[in-house]
Amino acid sequence: MDILISGLLLGGTYALVAMGLNLQYGVARIMNLANGETLVLGALAAFLAFTAISLSPLVTLVIVAPLAFAANWLVYQFLLRPLVKRAKTSGQLEVDSILATFGMSFALVGIMVSIHGEYYTYSFLARPFEILGTTVAQNRLVAFFAAVIIGGGLVAWLNYTRTGTAVRAVSVDTEAARLVGINVPRVSALAFALGGAVTAVGGTLISTFITLDGSIGVIFTMKALIIVIMGGVGDLRGSIIAAVVLGLVETAVASLIDPGLTLVAAYVIFLGILLFRPQGLFGKRNA
Amino acid sequence: MTGQGFKSLTLIGVLVIAAAFVPFVTNGYWLSIAVTAMMYIALATAWTLFSGPTHYISLATGAFFGIGGYLVATGMSDFDISFWVMAAIAPIVAVVLAALIGAATLRLSGIYFVIFTLGLAEMIRGLVSWVQNNFLGSRGLYVLTDFTEEHIYWMLLGIAATVYVIGWLIDRSKLGFAMKIIGNDEGVAKHLGINTARAKVILFMITGFFSALVGVIVAPRYSYIEPNLVFSPEISFMVVIMALLGGTQRLWGPIIGVIPFILIWETITVSFPNATTLYLGLSFLAIVYFLPNGVVGLIESLTKRGRAS
Repeated sequence: MDILISGLLLGGTYALVAMGLNLQYGVARIMNLANGETLVLGALAAFLAFTAISLSPLVTLVIVAPLAFAANWLVYQFLLRPLVKRAKTSGQLEVDSILATFGMSFALVGIMVSIHGEYYTYSFLARPFEILGTTVAQNRLVAFFAAVIIGGGLVAWLNYTRTGTAVRAVSVDTEAARLVGINVPRVSALAFALGGAVTAVGGTLISTFITLDGSIGVIFTMKALIIVIMGGVGDLRGSIIAAVVLGLVETAVASLIDPGLTLVAAYVIFLGILLFRPQGLFGKRNA
Repeated sequence: MTGQGFKSLTLIGVLVIAAAFVPFVTNGYWLSIAVTAMMYIALATAWTLFSGPTHYISLATGAFFGIGGYLVATGMSDFDISFWVMAAIAPIVAVVLAALIGAATLRLSGIYFVIFTLGLAEMIRGLVSWVQNNFLGSRGLYVLTDFTEEHIYWMLLGIAATVYVIGWLIDRSKLGFAMKIIGNDEGVAKHLGINTARAKVILFMITGFFSALVGVIVAPRYSYIEPNLVFSPEISFMVVIMALLGGTQRLWGPIIGVIPFILIWETITVSFPNATTLYLGLSFLAIVYFLPNGVVGLIESLTKRGRAS
């Protein structure tokens, strides 16, 4: 029961981060390997704000979101758009964007480590809370509900607004979206920026209950990637379920065997997906 | 074509002989840089063998390298097996691992392969630390041999030269021809009846073999080994940068990339130890935006333009 509850809570936050990556990869077609660093930046902001002026991470969140949106929009327009234009094939774009985002990821790690080289430790709502006979920290619960609200809002926006529909259309087929008059570059930039904002907010939330540091981003990139692939690229519902699965498995492995093996567990899942359902849990099998 | 192929082989032969004399003219600091450079030349050439023709960014180097170094250490410290026996076992383990990774990921699109190799070194490190802490007991592993820096340098040079010759032979074989078609258009390759997955897996296994062998040879340099040291993801990225900086269309491209990169790297490590990660990042960006085909590509496009005008 302990495992179930904490796994579910962890999975909820993972889901938010994976949604961010899914928007960037599924819609803007950019495999953003600096995703984990975006997350850590969100965490760093929360840490700095909390230690400097004891600002609640829930307030920081509101500041982080527009900043991350703007920064990611600029990154897309000035660094990634040229690559999209230059690429002759989708394979070429894939290689270029992987390398470029690797560069950004390392550059960001370098900058973050020079800003604050130690762990981002701070204590926010670290009080026990009783739920269904299990004790969890309040911060986990708060992070989970915040993730659910933001994630829910995102899904609603994608499904019930005009722009959201355009974003989904680009995700399904770039060419067809262009044919029905959608401004694909604009929607891609929007999706990329939105994805970055969602990821950074996820980082702010995660930092309330997991201690991060400047160089841990790649682990989160890895997890988000595994979730996105498990859930199916472009499939937000799949992402959510996959995130919960990963959260549960990780918590189970950490508490039953050894906390050092969580990444190994994630890999086992990943391997299983690659071998048996490379199209994702709910994806349809095609080329 | 054939004539030019032999010319480049002869050129490399001359370079190898010249490089073999380096330990006679230098020692101490510069020799240790030469060993590091030679290690990366061997790793980057092995990397290019697979990633050059396929365009798959492999980040598995760190994992293979770590397997080499770690197995030698644990074999010698925990089981009292000799260095040479472990040197024979470790690369074979790496080949088996490469075959498994290849079989799982190389049937699918390249992106899965990149992602899978991205966390691989980290994952194996976690697994190995866990096994070591729970079942083997001993924390520190020692690799004590009689090798000097010169010996390590020559062995690495030998590996680099071997990788180059193998690459040269592959280039002239059916496999090499198949790889060229796969690199240009995998769909076409499939229609021609090439078993694309098999060809890629074989090349990846060769890369894994030599990367692990480099790890084996370098292990005595550290003498004290722990999983965190040898399973470093940084090695994978450095190899990718150096290979891309030189250019991956030619097997000798990485050599051009390694030397300047290592020199700058050493300077930065000495004067600004905290800026190395930033340097890695900026190098990646510089390559993507200014040198998409590496130095070799730049030289070739310049000479082409020179000839045209």
